[in-house]
Amino acid sequence: MLKNAIGKNWPVLTLGLVLLAGLVAPFADRSTTPGFYVEVLLGGLMAGVLYSLVALGFALIFKASGVFNFAQGAMVLFAALAVARLAEQMPLWAAIPLAMVIMVALAWLIERLVLRPLVNQEGVALLMATLGVSYFLDGFGQTVWGSDIYSIELGIAKEPVLILGNLFQGGILVNKEDFVAAIVAAALVAALALFFQKTATGRALRAVADDHQAAQSIGIPLNRIWVIVWSVAGFVALVAGVIWGSKLGVQFSVSQVALKALPVVILGGFTSVTGAIAGGLIIGVGEKMAEVFLGPVLVKAFDLAGGGIENWFAYVLALLFLLVRPEGLFGEKHIDRV
Amino acid sequence: MFYRENGQFKSTYASDQQMLPILQDRAFMLGLLAFAFVVVPFLASDYLFLSILIPFLILTLAAIGLNLLVGYCGQISIGHAAFMAVGAYAAYNLVLRVPQLNFLVVLVLAGLIAAAVGILFGIPSLRIKGLYLAVATLAAQFFSDWLFARVKWFTNYAHSGSVQTAPLEMLGWKIDSPAEKYVFLLAVLVVFTLIAKNLVRSHIGRAWMAMRDMDVAAEVIGIRPVYAKLTAFAVSSFYCGVAGALWGFVHLGAWEPLAFSLTQSLNLLFMIIIGGMGSLLGSYFGAAFIVVLPILLNQMPGILGVPISTAMISHLEFMIFGALIVFFLIVEPHGLARLWAIGKEKLRLWPFPH
Repeated sequence: MLKNAIGKNWPVLTLGLVLLAGLVAPFADRSTTPGFYVEVLLGGLMAGVLYSLVALGFALIFKASGVFNFAQGAMVLFAALAVARLAEQMPLWAAIPLAMVIMVALAWLIERLVLRPLVNQEGVALLMATLGVSYFLDGFGQTVWGSDIYSIELGIAKEPVLILGNLFQGGILVNKEDFVAAIVAAALVAALALFFQKTATGRALRAVADDHQAAQSIGIPLNRIWVIVWSVAGFVALVAGVIWGSKLGVQFSVSQVALKALPVVILGGFTSVTGAIAGGLIIGVGEKMAEVFLGPVLVKAFDLAGGGIENWFAYVLALLFLLVRPEGLFGEKHIDRV
Repeated sequence: MFYRENGQFKSTYASDQQMLPILQDRAFMLGLLAFAFVVVPFLASDYLFLSILIPFLILTLAAIGLNLLVGYCGQISIGHAAFMAVGAYAAYNLVLRVPQLNFLVVLVLAGLIAAAVGILFGIPSLRIKGLYLAVATLAAQFFSDWLFARVKWFTNYAHSGSVQTAPLEMLGWKIDSPAEKYVFLLAVLVVFTLIAKNLVRSHIGRAWMAMRDMDVAAEVIGIRPVYAKLTAFAVSSFYCGVAGALWGFVHLGAWEPLAFSLTQSLNLLFMIIIGGMGSLLGSYFGAAFIVVLPILLNQMPGILGVPISTAMISHLEFMIFGALIVFFLIVEPHGLARLWAIGKEKLRLWPFPH
């Protein structure tokens, strides 16, 4: 019985063991205190929530239109730039809705000018088109809004605070802003889940995601649905842009955040909102752990010129997962037929 | 009227299988080759060689490599500059550590090393398909970026992380003037194009195309996916490895890991999309387009007499580049090669289209 279960699931078990070993390994070094370990873990989780936020944008668009939107990163940058520059002219509570209006307009334009003429093309062509859109948005955003480094002030104190001082020796350092960001992201994810599950529009979106033609034949307007989906993705980009922007400053590198979110999407499964969230957390924790604990070991062992393994670690982690489950953690299982 | 195959009968297997079945095509190709080899070296200026022709030739080679994988075998890779990097650094280390090797041998060895790495990163393709694979290939990109920037052995412990190469010399021929570089690259490209052309019309190319069109069906008719996909990865990375070595040694001369970044990978993808997927000719068109376009865009304000700041120019460049890609995809999703084919078909019927 047991033998049977192992024989069938050995890849999953191996992967689980490897991950478990990775989680326990830091304690091999005596200097790792539980407090520090939890601190790293929490930091990873918070970064993970932010990754999920960007990954959500990918998952939403892919689910509803089958387009792999490479421009998500550019949209995050564009939204962040818009908010940062508008906030110079008006209070933040007015700048954010106005930026949202701009993002909706952008979604409408993309649907009209790019997606509609490309209906029925293969996935690669659409991927390339979004790459073109991403180049365009990068240039356009910086032409319109300027290309210096701007800041978004959310009015949250940036200094770290100590929590759980009585549980661990020395307490745990947590960045307050990270904490707020994580809560906002969690709230957004919950709101999106409700929107998808409970509203009529959400149902229509899911219907389109399941089958374009069937959805159209029962009277769901595809074009409008696409505008809505891209607007929602724009909204997600806006939130991600504001949070990342206040964290890192609004600059070109914000658009690179999308590259961090890509492994999250494939790990979680392209079509799954749950996957985007779970994947984000896994990648966030894995990356932080690798950066803090594995990096120095590698540098020492191979005499490297600095660590920086977090740039590829997420991808390798995602690859490992995919080798075990090719459709991602929560992706739909794909059955091939001739 | 003049471009017609009337009266050209195929009476032997050899003539049935030749690459250019129409006499006019053969004459045109020979003329073009003669022009490129003999006339261009005397006519072109150094600027033309260094900033247009040499990058064009090398990038065409890389684009052909990527096209073999993406266009013929249907496995999307967004990380192919990684294999160029592998080729470049392999060649650098070979020249550095085994100086007596002929550069041609170095090129082939660098290609083989890149092919081995390509097979390694191609293994996930056996399990992962489509866009999942596309994203997974980014792993190769980021890993190579990191590897060559951080592991000092590859750059021979250079402080800045950038490497420099000595001028090329082989069999007593010192390749240092732009015209000589051009002729050398052209010869390499012609040889590799011939090899690629013959690969894609042999059984292996057919296996790739079957894989691309429908992998399950291909498996049913007896094509082993392991063999087809991994050979595609190997050949494709071999081409890119050679192109990378040439890019480093002939075009750049000195480079840092940034020379083979994600931007380069995306550029390669743009080349085959704009040129035409699954078309060797398309790789040429695409590479020419991507090489010339930024130069044109850069000089546009000067020609039009509009004073614009350089930062603005680079932003506008991004915008126009992006817009053009979308435009091309909408107007002709099959790329410039399809436009060329349509033009040829029209010419065949001209001036009596019935």
